[in-house]
Amino acid sequence: MKIHEYQAKEILRRYGVPTPRGKVTNDAAEARAITEELGGRSVVKAQIHAGGRGKGGGVKLAGSGEEAEKLAGEILGMQLVTPQTGPEGQEVRKVLVEEAVDIDRELYLAVTLDREHEKPVIMASLAGGMDIEEVAAETPEAIIRQHFDPHLGLLPFQGRAVTAGLGLTGKTARQAQKLLAGLARTFIETDASLAEINPLLITGDGDVLALDAKMNFDSNALFRQKDIVEMRDLAEENPLEVQAGEHGLNYIKLDGNIACMVNGAGLAMATMDIIKLYGGEPANFLDVGGSASQEAVKAAFQILVSDPSVEAVLINIFGGIARTDRIAAGVVGAIEELGGVELPVVVRLEGTNVERGREILEEADFDFLVAHHMADAADKVVAAAAGKGGA
Amino acid sequence: MAIWVGNNTRLLVQGITGKEGTFHALGCRDYGTQVVAGVTPGKGGQAVEGIPVFDAVDEARAKTGCNATMIFVPPPFAADAIMEAAAAGIELIVCITEGLPVNDMLKVKTFMRQCAEEGKTSRLIGPNCPGVITPGEAKIGIMPGHIHRPGKVGVISRSGTLTYEAVWQLTNLELGQSTCIGIGGDPVNGTSFINVLEAFAEDGDTEGVILIGEIGGSAEEEAAEWIRDHFDRPVVGFIAGRTAPPGRRMGHAGAIVSGGKGTAKEKMETMRECGLHVVESPAELGVTMGKALGA
Repeated sequence: MKIHEYQAKEILRRYGVPTPRGKVTNDAAEARAITEELGGRSVVKAQIHAGGRGKGGGVKLAGSGEEAEKLAGEILGMQLVTPQTGPEGQEVRKVLVEEAVDIDRELYLAVTLDREHEKPVIMASLAGGMDIEEVAAETPEAIIRQHFDPHLGLLPFQGRAVTAGLGLTGKTARQAQKLLAGLARTFIETDASLAEINPLLITGDGDVLALDAKMNFDSNALFRQKDIVEMRDLAEENPLEVQAGEHGLNYIKLDGNIACMVNGAGLAMATMDIIKLYGGEPANFLDVGGSASQEAVKAAFQILVSDPSVEAVLINIFGGIARTDRIAAGVVGAIEELGGVELPVVVRLEGTNVERGREILEEADFDFLVAHHMADAADKVVAAAAGKGGA
Repeated sequence: MAIWVGNNTRLLVQGITGKEGTFHALGCRDYGTQVVAGVTPGKGGQAVEGIPVFDAVDEARAKTGCNATMIFVPPPFAADAIMEAAAAGIELIVCITEGLPVNDMLKVKTFMRQCAEEGKTSRLIGPNCPGVITPGEAKIGIMPGHIHRPGKVGVISRSGTLTYEAVWQLTNLELGQSTCIGIGGDPVNGTSFINVLEAFAEDGDTEGVILIGEIGGSAEEEAAEWIRDHFDRPVVGFIAGRTAPPGRRMGHAGAIVSGGKGTAKEKMETMRECGLHVVESPAELGVTMGKALGA
């Protein structure tokens, strides 16, 4: 789960991480008031979940309250396009108005899970403001890595190793060590999957400050993170994905025109891959769950057909514990309940009682294209989508 | 012969009184597994279709001699269930439960290392996995037994239904399977591809291996390098998620391309370089294995 910058900073402050003073608002006039409170200068920052906001014109410096109001007015409501949003952009609903601070140096700091070592790792670099992926690709030796034990937390000597690696001294080093300890605690106690401060600022006076912050959380741990769940902003998520989530379906929207409905995440990915291999483009990832119940299939259909770019549907179900004949009956039932579907639907069923399952599909009022194995299914659905789109 | 699970498996089911637990405990017993006990705290003294239920794992171990456990406990309590089994010295722990927090798994790993230092060595498979099956002998898990057939190919996978797909192809080609192991789709799990390969290397019945990976992490690359250096039987590999967009979790908690790492392309290239038979299409897992075995 993702949250906004202003929310991440709110959490980090609770753990003693210093941030610039500021407030979030959805009102341009209030941006003026906040700026005046801050002494007449501010930075107005668009709050959307995607990164790269500065590059898209979503971060502006205001020299007066009046200018802040004008800039906030421009940013609020705009479709902000960044390298991470896709070409359609994301609507800006809130701005964070913060004091403008004087910058001496910018560093990069993050905590994430190192899957290989099965431990959290602090990553730090002198190249603040830059994308860590670029730094990792270009100068991997410039990244300082410090693993720590999740139960013991970041030990003081480990924090000192990081600040020494960054070449920090005196007051700045001490402040940074405290900040690192807070960041590590935040990561563990909030069940985060990423806690990133980029850039970490060193002011002209040698103080450290989290100028930007980004946090993602382990969805599996949300049952014990009530505060975090309350920070979820559904407006930032794809509406079809939100709808799917409400039905317990796992759906991710993609750019193609062949919708797919599959039971199991691995098979769902493999189905997308085989569509591509046969020259088609998958419109989504959709896992209806291992048992593929009639209810799940119906909800899935509703979501798939509400995507206007879809031109054909592929249902690929491996009936294991759930018998294929029952799944077939469920698919037919779902289509009947929906009053039919105006798209070619290719169905590939495999597993227990598959002969009966295929008979049920053949006997139905709806004209399914029945496929006999995965390659056959991919072939048929790609042809069906081409037929509808081209001819 | 096969690995880890067989005729001498004496299975405990943790969470046996829940709907899923009961259903799959009986499914395993119907397949031929000796299901000797169940555990649900507070329900000791009851029985599920003749299977005695105990309050605690050590008690079940003392009274029934169970040497393996299958866990269906809900996510908030699953880590505790794994650690209880490890503390009781259960040799094989198979956690089916999906949705364990990563931090809980880090605790489990630390605790299991401590148990091992005290001489109690357990193997954890999963979490978030379909389980383990040695066709014709025993199964511990939720996979449909009847699609399997005793045979000579070992199957290791991070997924569930995609594994069934591979199994079904092997069954239809009459190659069959020695043992099939789902290691689970989470970023931190108990048993790695390499752990399973080491066991297959010791198993005379396993003539070849199908390895099914997916995007995220680097377990497949590590496995490929291990195969290059230590494993001389044919391995057919597939990676699911070539078309997955970066930064999105594809159903499984561990299936995510992050920071440009863990892509299917990268994994497939490494696997090829290490001498694996990499298939582009999941429909070709079985036939490719057949060709590699000269069948």
